[in-house]
Amino acid sequence: MFPFCFEWMWDMSHMVFMGGLWYALTIIGLGMTFCIGKAFYDTFLDKGKDAHHH
Amino acid sequence: MDSALIPRGVKRCPTWQFALWIGAAGAVLLWGVFAMLLCWFKGLNQTNMNDAYGFALWIWADLAVIALGGGAFFTGFLRYIVGKDELKNIINYAVLIGFICYSSALLILAIDIGQPLRGWFIFWHANVHSMLTEVAFCLTCYFGVLTIEYVPLILENRQIDKVPFFHKLGHNMHEIMAVFAATGAFLSFFHQGSLGGVSGVLFGRPFGYREAIFIWPWTFFLYTWSAAACGPCFTILITKITEKVTGKKLVKQNVIELLAKISGWMIGTYIIAKIIDTWYWAKVTAPAAGFNLMDFYSNNPFYGIWILVLEIVICGVVPAIILTSEKGRKNPAALMTAIILAVLGACVNRWVMVLQVMAVPVLTFENWVMYYPSWQEVATTILPVAYGVILISLSYRYLPIFPQEQELNPEA
Repeated sequence: MFPFCFEWMWDMSHMVFMGGLWYALTIIGLGMTFCIGKAFYDTFLDKGKDAHHH
Repeated sequence: MDSALIPRGVKRCPTWQFALWIGAAGAVLLWGVFAMLLCWFKGLNQTNMNDAYGFALWIWADLAVIALGGGAFFTGFLRYIVGKDELKNIINYAVLIGFICYSSALLILAIDIGQPLRGWFIFWHANVHSMLTEVAFCLTCYFGVLTIEYVPLILENRQIDKVPFFHKLGHNMHEIMAVFAATGAFLSFFHQGSLGGVSGVLFGRPFGYREAIFIWPWTFFLYTWSAAACGPCFTILITKITEKVTGKKLVKQNVIELLAKISGWMIGTYIIAKIIDTWYWAKVTAPAAGFNLMDFYSNNPFYGIWILVLEIVICGVVPAIILTSEKGRKNPAALMTAIILAVLGACVNRWVMVLQVMAVPVLTFENWVMYYPSWQEVATTILPVAYGVILISLSYRYLPIFPQEQELNPEA
């Protein structure tokens, strides 16, 4: 649910619940965007690390 | 036939044998899928749920697999945040088990809501006063985190790893895995807790109701604590079963013992908190609502005081004593007994907090209400087990799940 939806109310419950959800999704989304973007960049310029890792 | 896909330096059974094994698990899976389709097409009249049991076998299974899948978040927390480096040798498997548990929980919920096409309503038309909304949010996000943790493992397959982009993507994901692990720990803390909070806030049901700190009843903290305590035991149990089935040693004993030791101390502290909680509930909370302890454990054909003793003493105190002693951890039989009891303890705790809550009469003119699941409920609850067996088998065969396998089985 977004603040522009008709059910939205600017109260603590909405801000905590939905804020928490979007906060978590943002971290996950940014993390994956970084990984995929960097992999594209490294592959294109062929300068990624080849060493195995774990 | 599929030898090009199998990790280097390890031995796997012949393809025909593997196909036979997958076929057997697949047959059970199909039985569950058939029951699932019955529930979806004919409706929840296929179950034995009724006005007394809005929550039933599925919700118990959900809560149990979520608690046992807690091994993933807690092992990830210990590995990436606390820095227990030895656990890198079991973290892959903990993630896989967590992935199976959480995908199973979501699948069961998709059956339980009866109308899965409207599953997205909980996100769009969220009831922001419900703990279960928070559970749905965290569960979905954490399943996303577990998928992100599992993907690098898939990318390490011999053939996939040859593709430069996938190789680099896997590397990048490993590099920032601590961020995902921390997010997973945060999400798990809240959804494990809120699942416990659901029974704790039921002020109309004195069997489940507990006192609260701010808005969080004690059960909130006890659920998170017990999942972190018993989840790693489930990881160890599945590892031991895998070793038995494959006839190989897959994880070094020092890694198992470290996880068992941490788990033991967690169970020990949890069970002390649980005993205090139970004592306060029996002496103060329940009497304030007009109930004595034995009202909850008598005059019915199933729920006796034995279930309380089983949960707290046999499946709580006993595994805690065994796992916190070095002698207990080093004795294979004692270790196995303790981890089985701990896993059973988490399952019994979820059972009483989901089903016994429903069974106990609340008003003076009410009687105990017993519940027996229909075969469709049983089949759909066994479905995730078959799915888990298949996913573990495929992952074990084609992915480098156990970093120590080659070293421990040099003859392969």
